[in-house]
Amino acid sequence: MLAPVSHILPLTLIRRERLLPIPGRVVVRKGQKVSATDVVAEARLAPEHMLLDIARSLGLSREKADQHIVCKAGSPVAQGDVLAGPVGFTQRLVRAPRSGKVIVAGDGQVLMELDAPPYELRAGLPGIVSELVGDRGVVIETTGALIQGVWGNGRIDFGLMYVLARSPDDALSPDQLDVSMRGSVILASHCASAEVLKAAGELPLRGLILGSMDSSLYSMAVKMRFPIIILDGFGHIPMNSSAFKLLTSNNRREVSLNAEPRDRYREARPEIVIELPAPEHVSAPRETDIFSPNQVVRILRPPYEGKVGVLIKVRSGRTSLPNGILTQVADVKLENGETVIVPLANMEVLA
Amino acid sequence: MATSLIDADSLLAIDVGSINTRASLFDVVDGSYRFLASGSALTTAHAPYFDIGEGIRMALDRLQVITGRTLIGADEQLILPSRADGSGVDKVCATLSVGQPLKIVAVGLLEDVSLESVRRLASSTYARLMDTINLTDRRKTETRMDTILRIRPDLILVAGGTEGGASQSVLKLLEAIGLACYLMPQEQRPDVLYAGNQELKPQVQEALGKLANVTFAPNVRPTLTEEDLEPATVHLASVYRSVRSRKLTGVQELDAWAGGGLIPTATGFGRVIRFLSRVYDQSKGVLGIDVGAFSTTLAAAFSGELFMGVHSQLGMSANLTQVFDLSEDGELMRWLHLPIPPDDVRDYLYNKSLFAGSLPATAEDLDIEQAIARQLMRLALLKTSEGFPARVFRYGPQLTPWFEPIFASGAVITQAPSPAHSLLMLLDGLQPTGVTTLAIDYNHILPSLGAAAATNPVLAVQVLEPNTFVSLGTVISPVSEAKPGTPILRVRMLQDDNSETALEIKQGSLEMLHLPIGKVARLELRPLQRTDVGMGAAGRGGGLRVVGGVLGVVIDARGRPLRLPEDAVQRREMIEKWRWALGI
Repeated sequence: MLAPVSHILPLTLIRRERLLPIPGRVVVRKGQKVSATDVVAEARLAPEHMLLDIARSLGLSREKADQHIVCKAGSPVAQGDVLAGPVGFTQRLVRAPRSGKVIVAGDGQVLMELDAPPYELRAGLPGIVSELVGDRGVVIETTGALIQGVWGNGRIDFGLMYVLARSPDDALSPDQLDVSMRGSVILASHCASAEVLKAAGELPLRGLILGSMDSSLYSMAVKMRFPIIILDGFGHIPMNSSAFKLLTSNNRREVSLNAEPRDRYREARPEIVIELPAPEHVSAPRETDIFSPNQVVRILRPPYEGKVGVLIKVRSGRTSLPNGILTQVADVKLENGETVIVPLANMEVLA
Repeated sequence: MATSLIDADSLLAIDVGSINTRASLFDVVDGSYRFLASGSALTTAHAPYFDIGEGIRMALDRLQVITGRTLIGADEQLILPSRADGSGVDKVCATLSVGQPLKIVAVGLLEDVSLESVRRLASSTYARLMDTINLTDRRKTETRMDTILRIRPDLILVAGGTEGGASQSVLKLLEAIGLACYLMPQEQRPDVLYAGNQELKPQVQEALGKLANVTFAPNVRPTLTEEDLEPATVHLASVYRSVRSRKLTGVQELDAWAGGGLIPTATGFGRVIRFLSRVYDQSKGVLGIDVGAFSTTLAAAFSGELFMGVHSQLGMSANLTQVFDLSEDGELMRWLHLPIPPDDVRDYLYNKSLFAGSLPATAEDLDIEQAIARQLMRLALLKTSEGFPARVFRYGPQLTPWFEPIFASGAVITQAPSPAHSLLMLLDGLQPTGVTTLAIDYNHILPSLGAAAATNPVLAVQVLEPNTFVSLGTVISPVSEAKPGTPILRVRMLQDDNSETALEIKQGSLEMLHLPIGKVARLELRPLQRTDVGMGAAGRGGGLRVVGGVLGVVIDARGRPLRLPEDAVQRREMIEKWRWALGI
């Protein structure tokens, strides 16, 4: 059976394609070094338009109005620029109500695209621009530690990481956050309190990495201005030991957070990157796998959610779970030595 | 439904769902078409594969192992047609539900006439209605255009104008669409499906033909009082295929295998339900429900008239967090039989959204999962039934009309720990009235039969024999105003071996009469307290022939609508009693 794969790796080659949803403009060059928050491309995602009825404004038929339109499709116009006229005794004019660009002019009308800040696509990770993808984006490459999460609030930032997690399952309290952590990224195991997020926002932090978070904080977390990445899920789930060991061993290093929400149909998921120098031939991790013995797996659902173990055997046929459901399972040896039965549907390979 | 065999082609049916891809094989056995086996694998439309072909290939591998029949040749291609050595298949049919729901903008003249029809048309496939435009829309043309540009819809559905009716106002509505299409990059322009006043087709083609891929369908509102969605749903299925082909790798190849006949899974499902409604008792409808990971599909048909509701916001995983929003306070919690705190239920919903294909492995998770299924079915039925015609009989506005039979599928139902779990979920979620049979489509073949019917109707008819599906049993759901505990019905069951079972049914109870699967018995019903058992009038009794299912005959006298106690402890005790009655 195909196995979903998550990466929690101390050193690997990371290669990410960063693309605009529509054609736009790439603003970096090949070989350029970028940080996670650098803009790499921009586009007008949702431009605002204005349709000006020139014929009505000039009191002319559409055909006659066309003879008095003085702007051309594609030309930029500033607020107050004359678009049509003058006409008649009173020298009637039609001026641009705002600055922008003329899209279409004719049939007695002018369609303008109004100036507005473009949508900016950020790098999402530090590295070198290794490839330009036409007018859509770039490919960025780096080496370092890679930790993939399961949920993110959509923000991107980077900063020095302070490890506040004392164990994989202790809850972060507001009094653990002080002004010395301003502008840093905090690693904690669990967040159960709105006060913590409030305090983090007031500092402000530049990122929060959590093993788990109460789902009641979901709406608040989405609104926070700094990236929040959850590694294991909602509720009180201890942080998986692989991520805990790797992250706590990188205290006070610069980490980059791309809290992009997971999207099945794009190669998007929240990620933490700690850029590290690497020998020349470090390779990229494999993205696909089939469940097989000796794999390190992470369990996603109760009763062993967040636990890491080694897959001992994929059982043939279907096995009955304690709740009566029949499904394909594997024997997994947990880190405490206990061997448990886990549905294949409830685990992923850590690679 | 015996039909003579006129075409002996073997058939491979491939269904690509959001989580699983299934390959099912049908062939002739003893002179009649039969479902032989199916193989399934995870769907590979998403990262890191981005190609449904991989999942199809693995499902076919599995099917080869199960059947021992070679389907893939040495060249790694599907063997099509079959060869003399028995390898390969003669025909392929395909259904598809994977992918993000189509983003649709609906355009109609009048809010409660053509726009309403377009809304209903949109709800017949995997779609999300993002915005509507109609005559009373006060937004400026450029604002409508910007809205379309912001949404970047996959499809714009346009209706309006009865035959020979309005024209200029319809064309006026198209201005914003034309401008928006003009401004979009070519590869991102939406498809346009026009199903309005047919006299306007040349003008619509003139206005939009060079800017977008325009498809014309017969008018969904030929007159003000008449709605005809069916021809447009065929065109909509075709547009769906075209959009999916552009967005998902492997769809084109699958469609080519199927001779260009790939259809949305829901369309195939609806087609079969409509067909069955012509075959079964015409005084009742036929109902089908498929509770999927990313949508719940409900198809109800009355004498050949189909009502579809594909509820893309009601799925067992990715959209679960919306179930809380769509449910009134406590509606989801009331189905739980274990004392699970609301916060834990909420955490479950969010985690299930993260891990769509995961399974409940504890008793608590199973309880939450089944509560969600009940609530999804309830919401889907209430929403879809708003469109049921007035002529359809029902005991009250919120009550389920008579259906016979009811078909159900979806992993939460088919993979439940026991048939009793499935039955109780269906009774709670659908709350049938009168006399009905509940049947489970364990192999999810109903949509495939709908797709197959287009090229091989004989196969579809023969495979639709009752023994293809697992009958959970005949269910009698009396409707009564009596107080709980009051006797409302006397039942006598006479079996062929002259054995007799008699029961007095009390209001509020759930009872099971043992009748082995496939065995026929005569049931005599004598309602008390003016109870209605679906014999034509309140208090009217009579006899009927019933066929035993996995759970025999079930009498659900818990009341319609089913009212659960407000007190959580009492409620859980009551649910526990009902579970015990079914042997759970």
